[in-house]
Amino acid sequence: MSKFTRRDFLKLTAAGASSAALAGCATVPEAGKPVGRVIVIGAGYGGATAAKYIRMWSQGTIEVFLIERNTEFISCPMSNLVLGGNRTMADITRNYQKLRDYGVQVIRDEVTGISLDKKRVSLRRIEDLPYDRLVVSPGVDFMHDAIQGYDAEAQKTILHSWKAGPETIALRKQLEGMRDGGVYVLSVPLAPYRCPPGPYERASQVAFYFKQAKPKSKVLILDANPDVTSKGPLFKAAWNTLYKGIIEYRGNAAVTAVDSKAMTVKTDFDTIKGDVLNVIPPQRAGDVAKPFINANNRWCTIDWLSMESTAAKNVHILGDATLSAPLMPKSGHMANQHAKLAAAAIVELMNGRQPSPTPLVNNTCYSFVSDKEVIHVASVHTYDPKDKVLKVVPGSGGVSAQRSGIEGEYGWGWAQNIWADMLG
Amino acid sequence: MRFQFVLATLLTACSLSVIAQGTDPNLARNLAATCANCHNTTGRSVTSMPAIAGQPREALAKALREFKEGKRPATIMHQLAKGYTDEQLELIAAHFAAQK
Repeated sequence: MSKFTRRDFLKLTAAGASSAALAGCATVPEAGKPVGRVIVIGAGYGGATAAKYIRMWSQGTIEVFLIERNTEFISCPMSNLVLGGNRTMADITRNYQKLRDYGVQVIRDEVTGISLDKKRVSLRRIEDLPYDRLVVSPGVDFMHDAIQGYDAEAQKTILHSWKAGPETIALRKQLEGMRDGGVYVLSVPLAPYRCPPGPYERASQVAFYFKQAKPKSKVLILDANPDVTSKGPLFKAAWNTLYKGIIEYRGNAAVTAVDSKAMTVKTDFDTIKGDVLNVIPPQRAGDVAKPFINANNRWCTIDWLSMESTAAKNVHILGDATLSAPLMPKSGHMANQHAKLAAAAIVELMNGRQPSPTPLVNNTCYSFVSDKEVIHVASVHTYDPKDKVLKVVPGSGGVSAQRSGIEGEYGWGWAQNIWADMLG
Repeated sequence: MRFQFVLATLLTACSLSVIAQGTDPNLARNLAATCANCHNTTGRSVTSMPAIAGQPREALAKALREFKEGKRPATIMHQLAKGYTDEQLELIAAHFAAQK
């Protein structure tokens, strides 16, 4: 960025609108000297967004390395549509090319360790890298141990498919290979878990597929929670009208054990046989965030003004890995909002200033109950200085009045725009 | 001459902006970023989601006010707009109006 000159003043005002000038005066670049380096671990909804926004909002003065072990971005949101046969993997896959236009240095590698003392990240393929600030956006990893028999061998047959990718394809193949008249069992863990409405959307998508291709088949939802955790009445209305006789829902039905040979799952009351078993285990912050886990041995507590870890200085944690604020879902949309909050704070902190004292984030989540019809839930959260946490603004947010095709348009539109927002 | 006039205008605009934003010069930018998930980074939607970049400031502000007051038909915007103060909605409208 060059210095702001008289010529720039004239250019700005030549544009005419005083609002352009308004925006301009808030973002006049300072001298373009480098102010340090941020390493971002994980290029999902949180990490990719943070990398782009730190580059943008620092006017290129902060160097950003984005470390990701996968070659491409595959979206978890919308991946249920692949299971339903309504979208392809190509539809939900994007590359990281455009982030490079923002000056983000995308590195395909895997983090093997973090030295907090030396402020360095060790990697599998290349040499250690030093950082001034670290952003950790690892998503979740799975607690298979919480379910008896869900060992490495069983995991070859019983999938969670709760990270989009090869398991999405594999589960779709299992569904395609299932006999008509078979039972697909979907087990939902106790909240909090990634994407609260996700399991119920998945049940809807699989039922949609069964209705077209194998109408004698059943979807059995075994939910560890007492009731549907998100958009309950809207999901149930869709199930009762679109998939009557296909979907059966059981609350308070935690799966405690699996048997991949007998193809059964156990709850406290029953042993249930299925043709396809889709067991989503409880979750915790992703492995790479282990040094920062300090809540219930599962999640990372952070300062909501900056997303900085309460376990380590100069380390910011985003997305599903955080101990969620009250009524805050673990969602891709929320991870993107965390990333912007953190990006703004990091730019301020690295320039010797304080983060904004009034952060605000929102969430919207669109669930496809069929190929075209969608229901949403939305919320807005602002910082409460007394309790030092983000809280839902009273009166804000809510759910769809009813499922609709127009929200189907918006749901897919949301995906396209958020992928553009995070990936350039 | 022109430069001085322009400078004066710009400074006035800036001081107004500072008043509206309190002590946080990035408030409008940060608030607008919360809209970018659905409307893309600068409001240039690439889908059927409405494009809001470069729309007249007053039209955007009016739409947001009406969403908040429940006077404009909406699927989701009435619920989101209620989470923002009137001043925040004004800042967001001005920010997206300034995008090309």
